Amino acid sequence: MIAPRSTLALLALLPRQVPTTLSIFAARGRAAMESAALGWGLIVISVIVFLIFLGFLALPLWRNRGRGDLSMAGAAQAVRDQHDHPDEIRGILLLGLALPALVLAAVFVWSTIKTSAQAQPFAVNDPDASERADAVVIGHQWWWEVRYPRDGVLTANELHVPVGRRVRIALSTEDVNHSFWVPQLAGKTDLVAGQVNTIWLEADTAGTYYGECAEFCGPQHAHMGFTVVAESPADYADWLATQHAPAVPATQPEVQAGRAAFASLGCAGCHAVRGTVFQGRAGPDLTHLASRATLAAGTLPNTRGDLAGWVADPQRVKPGNRMPVVAMSGTDLQAVVAYLESLH
Amino acid sequence: MATRVEPTPAPAGAARPTDPREAVERLRWIWETPRTLAGALTTVDHKTIGIRYLWTAAFFFVLAGADAALMRVQLAHADSRFLSPEAYDQLFSMHGTAMIFLYASPVLSGFSNYLVPLLIGSRDMAFPRLNAFSYWSFLFAGCFLYGSILVGQAPDGGWFAYVPLTTRAYSPGPNLDFYALGLLFLTISTTVGAANFIVSIAKLRAPGMSINRMPIYVWSTLSASVAMVFALPSLTVALVFLELDRRYATHFFDPQGGGSALLWQHLFWVFGHPWVYVVVLPAFGIVSTIIPTFCRRPLAAYTLVALASVSVAIFGFGVWAHHMFTTGMSAMATSFFSAASMTVSLPSGIATASWLTTIWFGKPVYKTPFLYCIGFLLLFVIGGLSGVMTGLVAFDRQVTDTYFVVAHLHYVLVGANVFPVLAGVHYWFPKFTGKMMHEGLGKLSFWVLFVGANVLFWPMHHLGLAGMPRRVYTYAPGMGLDAGNFWSTIGAAIFSVGFLIFVANVVRSLAGGEPAGDNPWGASTLEWSVSSPPPAYNFARIPTVRGREPLWEQGADEIAALDSGARGATLLEGRETLGTTVMDAADEGIMHMPGDSPWPLALAAALALLFWGLMLRGFWPSLLGVVATVFALGAWFWPAGHHGPGVPPRRGGAGREPAYGGGAA
Repeated sequence: MIAPRSTLALLALLPRQVPTTLSIFAARGRAAMESAALGWGLIVISVIVFLIFLGFLALPLWRNRGRGDLSMAGAAQAVRDQHDHPDEIRGILLLGLALPALVLAAVFVWSTIKTSAQAQPFAVNDPDASERADAVVIGHQWWWEVRYPRDGVLTANELHVPVGRRVRIALSTEDVNHSFWVPQLAGKTDLVAGQVNTIWLEADTAGTYYGECAEFCGPQHAHMGFTVVAESPADYADWLATQHAPAVPATQPEVQAGRAAFASLGCAGCHAVRGTVFQGRAGPDLTHLASRATLAAGTLPNTRGDLAGWVADPQRVKPGNRMPVVAMSGTDLQAVVAYLESLH
Repeated sequence: MATRVEPTPAPAGAARPTDPREAVERLRWIWETPRTLAGALTTVDHKTIGIRYLWTAAFFFVLAGADAALMRVQLAHADSRFLSPEAYDQLFSMHGTAMIFLYASPVLSGFSNYLVPLLIGSRDMAFPRLNAFSYWSFLFAGCFLYGSILVGQAPDGGWFAYVPLTTRAYSPGPNLDFYALGLLFLTISTTVGAANFIVSIAKLRAPGMSINRMPIYVWSTLSASVAMVFALPSLTVALVFLELDRRYATHFFDPQGGGSALLWQHLFWVFGHPWVYVVVLPAFGIVSTIIPTFCRRPLAAYTLVALASVSVAIFGFGVWAHHMFTTGMSAMATSFFSAASMTVSLPSGIATASWLTTIWFGKPVYKTPFLYCIGFLLLFVIGGLSGVMTGLVAFDRQVTDTYFVVAHLHYVLVGANVFPVLAGVHYWFPKFTGKMMHEGLGKLSFWVLFVGANVLFWPMHHLGLAGMPRRVYTYAPGMGLDAGNFWSTIGAAIFSVGFLIFVANVVRSLAGGEPAGDNPWGASTLEWSVSSPPPAYNFARIPTVRGREPLWEQGADEIAALDSGARGATLLEGRETLGTTVMDAADEGIMHMPGDSPWPLALAAALALLFWGLMLRGFWPSLLGVVATVFALGAWFWPAGHHGPGVPPRRGGAGREPAYGGGAA
């Protein structure tokens, strides 16, 4: 029995120290830092503008309280005195037009400088982008396919990047529109049907960052998270090598039984395990499932109990997702979980 | 429909009522709709239609508000299972769709329908039957859209309905067909309504109400109506494409078939962003009317505010792609639309400075409508500032599609639509009903709603900056999202209580409000020169206007005493009003207007049949709908005989035509 939990809570349970924040101000990458600096500046400017406005509003409301009455004579006199008074028009043009125009022009220039410093996305709708990219992220309802084409890596819901290096990522979608967002590293870029957008992703500090889909993509939009692990170039290279390798053949009896159950229950209809005959493509590749931090696109921590709960009833945790409930015996369930846990 | 005839000099002494009471009696006979069921279904009185618009929009506001209340209950705490994901998606989609299309725009149409003819000194809208049709089709289209909820298949792709999620492959149910067909139906209503306002304002202003004397409310309605007429075709095209893609496998939005998924976003926002201004501009007009009344002076810099209204409506068409900064547009494109978005805030800056100046140099009287205007100013400026922030690309890339934008748009739309509407209801309630609303309850409702709105929407800024995406049915605990969501839900409860106090005030005041008199606020515009509620014919004599603030400059007695020139008597021949020139409002001739008619309702019902037929994919119902539509149009346009001097006016209902002076009848 598992409670429905969304992603981040569980990250706290993971062995790795992970941030439990999606705050855009907890920036750990250059693009996000530019946005955060601009954001703080805009907040300060907005507060100042609002206080000036408040002064202009509150002062007369206080000063002139009780002076008015609804008589026609007073209003008629005001029409004679104040009709299109040139001082009023000059004041409105100054405070309502000239001053705001200056402030707006200044923040626009500032934002444009910040935008060009972010340099995102640097290529739009480039059909060859996927080949030149370091990593390719393909959106699915409701998970992320992750490929490293040059390194022969195929995984899901987890990206690894070397710290301090800009990684070129091509974004596309297999079905509906999604949006790729790692708040601590960079702003959003949409995955738009029929086009490939390319972005830079760069992390300044090692760590695990949480990402999520930011474009409404159907009932489980809320559970379409992923993690970005920024690590030293050596660890990154190790990770690539591990992920590139096919699955180690099963030897223990329970794992072998689980592999047989995986086949007989039809799991391979959707899932692939490289190095085996399982070649399903509709769901995430499971070759190194046990190495991932989360299950079901950031919905559950990758623990044995959560894995068993997910396999037994994926519709309970993430109702409406594409993984069907497959009726299986308790023995089969334990065996399948043992097999999946062996896929390091 | 108004048909223009050449001015006919009234024959001296003939057909001119000598006794004002006789004239009024005859006007009542000509204009009043019998208080029967048939009368209710056939009336073309703009005041009745306006009130119906207001009630119907209020009804949809309650429904769409209930949608939001359920969403807030779901989001009150993390990992809630109160609503299923599918239910949540339908609720947020219907909340947005209904608030924008069935509340925010129609409620302003209600005010404009009631007020524009009165403000411009006319006896009705230019096309009274079209006006009735506009209301009936709005009602039927709204019921069509909400009918989807009764079968549990409400639109679930958001009010923006992005493809491919809304194409048949990913949304095979009828949900999006309700959306596409319902909105197509509604665009008919809205388009003809907007055209009606434009023509009425251009041609039916009282003599002397030159374009530089039009009340700002009229300017803002004109601007919004022009924006509507130009914005809606883009939505219509998008909806037709969507429905063709869904039903007949065309490829407008299908990249694999050579179409473009982004095309939908462009078409939708080319409509969608101007629409934001459509639903706030007339509200600006309400505020520009109320603030001067309660500051006892004319609006500061009238000309600048009028130009600001027009320029918002125009600039609003140049900013749509700021909804699409993250779709992978080029840096040049995002910069252009970002700069355009900065400029569109300048007219709002001018309007705000004008309101502040009016208050600064005025003598404020703190009545409920004025308080709601102050609330509007505070909320709208906060929403405007966060709007500038989201218009800047480097910041928008982080906050777009988060709760920061939800906070922004609600400060703008609650601030600049709901609060001005409530100000307008309190302000014009005496005119609509002849009774005052209760001041104490009014002020209480203001404070509760103002506090509620801020407790409800302010935390959403923090939620967005903390990374909470929009349109998620749940969220994880421990991510810094718990407190904000909890307070937001508390705010929703407070806001609901405030709205209930307002409703109680309306009900109480309808039943037993103090009598209002003609002009309880000492206001300056023409609607206050007539009785409360106004007579069916609005003005016994079409007033002649000599300034921007007629009642302050001329006085109600003088207005009432003014004859509409040599043809005063002719305006007793039938349903007639004066036509005037577009710029100077110089007397141009008499507009003959149609009487009550069953065909607007019949045409709207025929269209409803057609759209339900299309919805249910029934060939025979659809065909019947087409035939009924053609029949209703034919009957509507069937020559009704000659209108003109000497021809007895046509009217429904019983009663003998009263004789009038000279015995010409």
